[in-house]
Amino acid sequence: MSLTLPLLFIAALSVGGFFIARSRAQSAAGGDIRKLASLPRQHGLNTALSTAIPALFAILAWLFAARLLSYRDAAPIWVPLAIMLIATLGFILSIMRVSVTFRARTAAEGWIRSLLIGASVIAILTTVGIVFSMLFESINFFSQYRWQDFFFSTNWAPNFRGNSDLGILPLLWGTLYISVIALIFAVPIGLFAAVYLSEYASRRTRSVFKPLIEILAGIPTIVYGLFALVTVGPFLRDYFAQPTGFGDSASSVMTAGLVMGIMLIPFVSSLSDDIINAVPQSLRDGSLGLGSTHSETIRQVVLPAALPGIVGAILLAASRAIGETMIVVLGAGAAARLDLNPFEAMTTVTVKIVSQLTGDTDFASPETLVAFALGLTLFVITLALNVLALYIVRRYREQYE
Amino acid sequence: MTSKSLLTEDKRTKARNAAERRFKSYGVAAIAVAMMALAILLTSVIVKGIGAFSQTYVTIDITLPADRLDKDGNRDPAEMAGVTTIGYASVLRDGLIDTLAAAGIETEVSDRDIGDMISKEASATVRNRVLANPDLIGETVNFNLLADGRIDGFFKGRVTMETASRDQNVSPEQLVLAEQMAEAGIIETRINWAFLSLPDASDQRPEAAGLGVAILGSLYMMIVVLVLALPIAVAASIYLEEFAPKNRWTDIIEVNIANLAAVPSIVYGILGLAIFINFMEFNQSSPLVGGLVLTLMTLPTIIISTRAALKSVPPSIRDAALGVGASKMQSVFHHVLPLAAPGILTGTIIGLAQALGETAPLLLIGMVAFVRDYPQAFSDSAGLFGDPSTALPVQIYNWTQRSDPAFVERAQGAIIVLLVFLLIMNAAAIILRRKFERRW
Repeated sequence: MSLTLPLLFIAALSVGGFFIARSRAQSAAGGDIRKLASLPRQHGLNTALSTAIPALFAILAWLFAARLLSYRDAAPIWVPLAIMLIATLGFILSIMRVSVTFRARTAAEGWIRSLLIGASVIAILTTVGIVFSMLFESINFFSQYRWQDFFFSTNWAPNFRGNSDLGILPLLWGTLYISVIALIFAVPIGLFAAVYLSEYASRRTRSVFKPLIEILAGIPTIVYGLFALVTVGPFLRDYFAQPTGFGDSASSVMTAGLVMGIMLIPFVSSLSDDIINAVPQSLRDGSLGLGSTHSETIRQVVLPAALPGIVGAILLAASRAIGETMIVVLGAGAAARLDLNPFEAMTTVTVKIVSQLTGDTDFASPETLVAFALGLTLFVITLALNVLALYIVRRYREQYE
Repeated sequence: MTSKSLLTEDKRTKARNAAERRFKSYGVAAIAVAMMALAILLTSVIVKGIGAFSQTYVTIDITLPADRLDKDGNRDPAEMAGVTTIGYASVLRDGLIDTLAAAGIETEVSDRDIGDMISKEASATVRNRVLANPDLIGETVNFNLLADGRIDGFFKGRVTMETASRDQNVSPEQLVLAEQMAEAGIIETRINWAFLSLPDASDQRPEAAGLGVAILGSLYMMIVVLVLALPIAVAASIYLEEFAPKNRWTDIIEVNIANLAAVPSIVYGILGLAIFINFMEFNQSSPLVGGLVLTLMTLPTIIISTRAALKSVPPSIRDAALGVGASKMQSVFHHVLPLAAPGILTGTIIGLAQALGETAPLLLIGMVAFVRDYPQAFSDSAGLFGDPSTALPVQIYNWTQRSDPAFVERAQGAIIVLLVFLLIMNAAAIILRRKFERRW
């Protein structure tokens, strides 16, 4: 028996309940609704919600339980019956409560409030889901593969016939190398752009260039990825790597780093812009009053005051760079390598997550499961960066409030 | 003691002023670099992608021979289906050779190579048309046939005589012939709206590949995201902003939401794979799963902007409502929420735009699969939004992984389509904000 029937039953009962409770409230008041503690429609609403919410929750609970117990057949007959019973109980109990003195508004709002709380709990559930989905499979992975080899081996050579080397170090190296190049490119440009726009630019200039820079933030990463693949990669290869003899690969650390740097410019600049604007004007006035030039004020007063916030912004940008996927999938290459040459193709944690989890996957083999361990590592690193950055930014905001 | 005018700069002042100018120029340079990057990016996309919107067609009149396409002559589609696309391809080839002879074009290109100048897709198209309308047999019909991808590339400048001499799929002689055909008006390049409606095509026929399935899949996912993310985000924001007591529990939720907004998108893909596909056993590559993953991903964004919108409604509104006897819930739903609606809508559109361009999580839930059938919104076997589908950004990624460079042109064209959608959404958000935003 499918769940369609109980769903229809719940819908019908709660809509019907609304009208029944409303007319009952009206007749309880003897036609003079001023005698009621709550309006008739509040009584109706309370009955409708009392009927629907517990029953719908029961349906969700059953669906979850069935999956948890890997119950594959259609629900046994008692399940829809129990659900309909819950709905009927809610209906009867709330109908019986309709009276002149019953505060139906408060009761109905209690239900609504529970819905609101339920919605905000979804945010927590998402995090729990993320952690658990990766934790279980990671434990599974480490039962088949030594964790020492995963964290400390310098060799990444998956082999779908088994006996793979799955060392994370070359992937971490590639990730960090690309992120550092991206930050070296994005931080000065983003920071100077923010300083110029908030300290020097006229209102007009600012209103033109700030949105233009933010366009860069709205462009999807797949677009940057393709840009790296067909434009930046071949350009760097033909004009830098090959003439200087550094290599002849179009996908390289430099390609991915440079394009990722472009992507991060608006991120750094809008965060720093907020932070620089939060520095109190009195600090600037004091410095200018003592005779320092505008740039001296910025360098010696504004930026030091904003420094913690800017560090937070850079950490957030770093976390974004480490977790970025499409640019490195298309621009960095697939060869796991520990190398210093920036014109060489290297690979990252995210690229390997994609390559191990797309195509034919076998959720019993370490070659597939390693993706979850990689994901967990990535999640932990970015989480640490984010928590640190948010903490710094928060502390900094409080400082000047 | 030497007196000095304030108007003449001494050495130190000069140095300081120079430093000032230098510092300012760094700022200008930074903005210039950012603008240059934006300009190069957009020009590269447009220049390389505009080609996908035009397509080369061979226009010829062909008399459909009854003896080859319908041997029994009773015009029964079921029997005629016995003739495969290979049979139709040879009819088209002969038709083209006849047309060339009639136009007086002489060539040394072999018959087989002439046939190869027409797309492999064309014979299937003609076959479908004939099977749908058997009376066409014996008639002379004017056909608009897709030219082969490399011939198309020649007219768009992607294939040259030089590359053709190294390419075993096309010869310089064919290109010379193609030029002659263009002069005779047999081949022409026109705007290609079919790019937006056709499904994807296999490796051998880039000229027939389109975005139809991908656009439909993206649309379905956006519907799922809108239907789920908007109510959940609004409910969560109302609770956190208006009702939540300031305690440890709500503090955890707050920090948690801020963190979720910064979790790498690929992690949401892993979540989707583990929870929705492996645990809940929803269909792989379905818009439903894609929509659910994108919902979880965009929720924090929408929550953050919704809370900002709620916060900007002045407390006096709430106080006034409470003062005339409304409950807290009524004051929020009847007064605060409608006033915050423009801000919420703007945030939602921006969240949707973000979801529309997201690729990485979709790769993990199987949306890279090759799909040629248009997905149904509802089907009995797969349920609501359960048909396998693909999505715009994933289709772009997919095409970049193919060997024929014609697919890269398609990918760039798809990027133009994606950017146009994003532009429309962001413009809508800006207009909404301009039009309805209230300053208190």
